[in-house]
Amino acid sequence: MSDERTPLLEFRNVNTYYGPVHVLKDVSLKIYPGEIVCLLGGNASGKSTTLKTILGMVIPASGQVLIDGHDVTKWTTSQRVEHGISMVPENRRLFKRMTVRENLEIGAYLRKDKENLEADMEQIFEMFPRVKERLNQKAGTLSGGEQQMVAVGRALMSRPKLLLMDEPSMGLAPILVAQSFEIIKQIHEAGTSVFVVEQNANMALSIADRGYVLQTGQLVLADTAANLLANPQMRQAYLGEVQ
Amino acid sequence: MTQFVQALLNGVSLAAVYALVAVGFVIIFKSTQVLNFAQPALLLLGALWVTHFATAVKLSFWVSLLIAVVLSAVTGVIVERTALRPMVGKPIFSVAIMTIGLNTVLTVFALGGLGIDIRPIGDPWGIKTVSIGPFTMAQHRVAAIVTAIVLVGAVMLFFKYSRMGLAMRAAAFDQEVALTQGVSVASVFALSWALSAVLAMFAGVFIGAGVGIDRTAAVTSLKALPVVIVGGLDSIGGALVGALIIGIVESLTSTYQPSLLPALGTGFAHVVPYLVMFVLLLVRPWGLFGTEEVERV
Repeated sequence: MSDERTPLLEFRNVNTYYGPVHVLKDVSLKIYPGEIVCLLGGNASGKSTTLKTILGMVIPASGQVLIDGHDVTKWTTSQRVEHGISMVPENRRLFKRMTVRENLEIGAYLRKDKENLEADMEQIFEMFPRVKERLNQKAGTLSGGEQQMVAVGRALMSRPKLLLMDEPSMGLAPILVAQSFEIIKQIHEAGTSVFVVEQNANMALSIADRGYVLQTGQLVLADTAANLLANPQMRQAYLGEVQ
Repeated sequence: MTQFVQALLNGVSLAAVYALVAVGFVIIFKSTQVLNFAQPALLLLGALWVTHFATAVKLSFWVSLLIAVVLSAVTGVIVERTALRPMVGKPIFSVAIMTIGLNTVLTVFALGGLGIDIRPIGDPWGIKTVSIGPFTMAQHRVAAIVTAIVLVGAVMLFFKYSRMGLAMRAAAFDQEVALTQGVSVASVFALSWALSAVLAMFAGVFIGAGVGIDRTAAVTSLKALPVVIVGGLDSIGGALVGALIIGIVESLTSTYQPSLLPALGTGFAHVVPYLVMFVLLLVRPWGLFGTEEVERV
């Protein structure tokens, strides 16, 4: 796993607190261009805090966050978005009272090249023809699966280098979960790196190159997806296998 | 019949002033979740700038208006930065109470500048009237109606079509997700307060136009509260309808109540907006156009 390339995203010994609560404990991780990396862990293990730290919505007490080799620890969220980080939030969280088109437009809020927006939207319609049919509808009237497509489309409208997916399987019917992971693979093939945060370890590891396991704020395992799938400790704790 | 239509017209002109204050209230509530009870003070302060530059400094009314727009916007931003920013994340109730205190402080400041006399606002309309057939209306009232339509219309178009308007709607709906789209929530807050202070200033100008301005203007502007309660705290269209309802009911009451129900005494029309609010709160607490889950203080 040693790699001479500059990681797209790197945590160096990050410690994060919510008041007196020590949430992330000395977390170091790397995501290289072209990878799908997953972060696994149960409830309250620090998964969401990791994402908030990447986006600068939580500032670590110590340690560094690097994007493309730049120390961005002190950067604002919008600066980080401008540098190619984008997120599909847990439960999609669309702007439900705005139209689908407006949801996509707000995704491109910081883009300077407004002339390319229509073309990018077309690409999203190609991936999700349903989104085009719903374009002028209020986002809140869409089905769960359609909302997932719009949430992904919104995130892609900023042309991210790294897409963060927060619990993409949450609240979706099993068939839609499979579809959701299929979408992640498609996005990855189109050249975007993906960081998936998931409780559904089997699903996440099936598409990921590498994975990290977070337990009460500490990284306890870091390995290739294949090794993690074969790891007996992992199988017992996260993959639902009874001995 | 003539009397009735005349009362309606007067009601609409009252509504114009109420709408300007109420829309400002809604803008701040929508995008920052703050119930801003400092709106009356912003109105007094705005009217004070105009009076000061038009009558004390003796600039033209239009130049004074322009200066007042800038100063009001700046005041709005300063108030947001210094008083509201530290309250982010505090309970909606605490922040609302804080704005009441803020209103007192700003009002004292404004009255210090305004003095105790009625001050002319320096407007070009004065006591001139326009007449169409049997109906007469003070020119400043016509100006108020036109200005309210233009300004509120511009605000609505801004929210619907501009990039910043889109960002403001997004931040109003879900601040955290708006932030992750790159929206600067700090600018959204600042702009909301600036817009709202400018709208309040125009309301102050039209309360003062013709007759002059004094401290009672703040009482008048308080009627924006029944307006937003009737229309719904989070709907600009609702604020407009609420303003029309309150303005017309008030005007009809002041026309007919003294002769039909003299027992209710004089000045009953000033109470009516609050009665309407009271009844509406009983039957439909989220207002005619508001969202049902919006919190109440």
